[in-house]
Amino acid sequence: MTRLTVNGRVRVFRGHPFTRLVDVLREGFGLTGTKEGCGEGECGACTVLVDGQPVMSCLVPVCQVEGRRVETIESLGGLERLDPLQKALLEEGGAQCGICTPGMVMTAHAWVRRGGSSRPAAIREALAGNLCRCTGYQHIVDAVARVVRERDRRRGDAKRPSRATSRTARRTGRHR
Amino acid sequence: MKKKRSGVLRPEGPDKLRGLARYVDDLPFPGGLHGATLRSTVPRGRIRAIRFDPDFPWDECVTATAADIPGQNCVALIEEDQPLLADGEVRHAMEPIVLVAHAERHRVYEALGHIHVEYEPLEPVLSMEDALEAKVPVRAPDNVIKRISIDKGDVDGALAGADVVVEGEYRVPHQEQAYIENQGMTARFEEDGTLLVEGSLQCPYYVQKALVRAFALPKEKVRVVQATTGGGFGGKEEYPSMVAGHAALLARKAGRPVKIVYDRTEDMVATTKRHPARVRHRTGLTREGKLVAQDIDVLMDGGAYATLSPVVLSRGALHATGPYECPNVRVRACMVATNTPPNGAFRGFGAPQTLFAAELHWERIAGALKKDALRLRRLNLVREGSETATGQVLHESVGARDVLEAVVRRGRYSEKKREYARWNRSRRHPSWRGIGVSVCHHGAGFTGSGEAFLASRVALALTRKGEIRVLTSSTEIGQGTIAAFTGLAARTLGVPEEWVTIERADTGLVPDSGPTVASRTCMIVGGLVERAAQRLRERILESTGRMPSTRAEMVREARRLCGREPALRVEEQYTHPPEIRWDEETYRGDAYPVYGYGATVVDLEVDRTTFEVRVRRLTTAVDVGRALSPRLVEGQVMGGVTQALGYALLENADYHDGVMQNPQLTNYLIPTALDTPPLDVMIVQRPYSRGPLGAKGVGELPMDIPAPAVAAAVHDATGLLLTELPILPERILEAFSSDPAHRQR
Ligand code: FES
Ligand code: FES
Repeated sequence: MTRLTVNGRVRVFRGHPFTRLVDVLREGFGLTGTKEGCGEGECGACTVLVDGQPVMSCLVPVCQVEGRRVETIESLGGLERLDPLQKALLEEGGAQCGICTPGMVMTAHAWVRRGGSSRPAAIREALAGNLCRCTGYQHIVDAVARVVRERDRRRGDAKRPSRATSRTARRTGRHR
Repeated sequence: MKKKRSGVLRPEGPDKLRGLARYVDDLPFPGGLHGATLRSTVPRGRIRAIRFDPDFPWDECVTATAADIPGQNCVALIEEDQPLLADGEVRHAMEPIVLVAHAERHRVYEALGHIHVEYEPLEPVLSMEDALEAKVPVRAPDNVIKRISIDKGDVDGALAGADVVVEGEYRVPHQEQAYIENQGMTARFEEDGTLLVEGSLQCPYYVQKALVRAFALPKEKVRVVQATTGGGFGGKEEYPSMVAGHAALLARKAGRPVKIVYDRTEDMVATTKRHPARVRHRTGLTREGKLVAQDIDVLMDGGAYATLSPVVLSRGALHATGPYECPNVRVRACMVATNTPPNGAFRGFGAPQTLFAAELHWERIAGALKKDALRLRRLNLVREGSETATGQVLHESVGARDVLEAVVRRGRYSEKKREYARWNRSRRHPSWRGIGVSVCHHGAGFTGSGEAFLASRVALALTRKGEIRVLTSSTEIGQGTIAAFTGLAARTLGVPEEWVTIERADTGLVPDSGPTVASRTCMIVGGLVERAAQRLRERILESTGRMPSTRAEMVREARRLCGREPALRVEEQYTHPPEIRWDEETYRGDAYPVYGYGATVVDLEVDRTTFEVRVRRLTTAVDVGRALSPRLVEGQVMGGVTQALGYALLENADYHDGVMQNPQLTNYLIPTALDTPPLDVMIVQRPYSRGPLGAKGVGELPMDIPAPAVAAAVHDATGLLLTELPILPERILEAFSSDPAHRQR
């Protein structure tokens, strides 16, 4: 039995402790917003946040998130309302076929929330673990930059330098 | 299905962003079984026996082989050579032989391990050159799937009289579509015997056609529904018929719904790829650089079965000259069969292969003539009134020169060329820099008389509730069909977009609008939407005198117009303009109704130590007639050029023994956000009189352009002309070391 918090609610999973988190979310809890594109930690479609950090849920056995806080795409916005990031992606054209979108949104959401910068190069690094075959990334980067700028304007500290760096980019190491 | 709210780029977008859109694996599936496929392990052989381990609990499973197919054992497409399940003989590795279904997904894979196939191996043909030699016959009579010849003028005479003749050979590899959603399909039989399949697909009526044949059912008894589809790029044009057939076969035997969803490795190793090709050019020119003859030889590898290969070859051959005018042209194109998994549709459909050769060849020509490749292109590009290799006169909407000049200016081609020449002279810099350009055309719509044969249909319905529904089998696969049709119908009718909905692509509900391929959705099917909307508007105006401006008024009028019917329906069918003529026998005439044009400037650097290529900036201009939604066009162009960058620099499908050795995203690399440079897209509008509101197709063009510009830029940077894709660091290293004469700058 594994106990975890999913989107603010405590949930219990009774299956095998090594069941992949992505299967627990999709099949166990019916949260099909999280997608599986490769099952090997390469595409990022399965990205969810664990204690605020983006994690590829196809690589994580559920026992590893025992007692931890998991956030999925279903936690953002409301039924009738989009979160500012979702709205920006929609308007900029950051979602085409949409299969990479939930994972992309979660990675970007973590970036915005933990104070990531609006520099396109930094955003590209943050998103490097999420593959998209449709958009060529430009519209996604534009959308994230826009949301970061809006965030900074709201906080009134547009000049504050960003501290966050990208874990995913370091992990993949596919680019110098 | 979806309403469009003003200011929303995509009506279906909000659901995608919230994770509410249902892809095939997200569909509720109560009481269903999971299916999986046992595939051949040899490239060619006879099946001696199929053994099921006696100690495995087979009563928990459902299994199916070729013997269970009620109709014809084929995946009906152009030819009927490809079986749904191999029967007696396998012609490529990864060919499906046995199907298994089980209530639990992990058990079904376990079951596959308990089935053993015994083969009598036969000698395979694994390369296109071997296939052409035909020493080992693998497809009667000569291993050739299709040959195409295009002839214009007197090539031999012109070559003999040319001031210079420049020869070159170019090669491109397999390319994987790598949509992020793998192939998947569900199937069940309903109580009245109707076969219902729902899944990830581009062309519902293709799937229906294949199932009708394999299950010996009448059309009305086969219903095909598209689930939200996570990308296709051509890869979901033919293969879904196979997956659907398999799921249906298991469902029929099990008497329960069955779902088959491939994992990444199975999807990459077994499904279709872009055709590898070898292209040879022999080009005659005047001293000034004017083309006098193009002699082009194209060889493509179709893999084990025909799939769509004949048509891919046709498009490849028709684009082989590039967008240039030349009085004497000979194209000899040949598609051979090998014992490798069949290749098929992929965005560009044969054109990226031959255009890579045509465009990069200008670098060779420029070297031979000691003239700038850009100047040479300007001298030869098509313009209005030009005549193509098939004798087609380009009457209108020829933006080739506009797109070239636009990217040259915006990409600062000439300044950068000089600047980088200086940069490269200094050994202190860690990289060489280079700039390259290319310009391409892409025929919009089906080749030749294809559209006449398709005779596509679209309907518009005004419901009693005052809703306008667009009924079409053109699918949304990310490219924006829903948005484009919503906008087109609303604009033509003169109503707000929120009043328009697009019916889901379900053969039980929508007429056959032809396949969602060939950049035809916007131009051809969009044209039908526009015409149907005009007719519906006329019907409404006849009865009311003006277009209702409020919803309440619309509902009132709709009730009156519908009378007793649930909806007022108008249908439009494609009629081929009689002045567009094509002769399939001689390959003469109007190969396409019109062409899109695009040009790219690639600005890159090559690391002097690691030979890694980093693209710094990519500037693209496209002429797609009128852009119905500039933002969607931009998105299509950005996605397409990024796939082309992958083709040029990263994507290396490694084939051994007739099978891909790196079928994972871990080792078959597609561009990440870091591999992709900032993308600059310009839209040049040269409206096309027959397109809806002036639009031509856009989907494929961007895939054609960047690869040759990348190779040209690498040439500019390093002095090395790499004529084979992908341009990997090890290939650059190899080229440096095998070229001792080359000065290390
Ligand atoms: S599905 Fe987890 S990274 Fe691709
Ligand atoms: S939108 Fe299709 S993969 Fe990203």
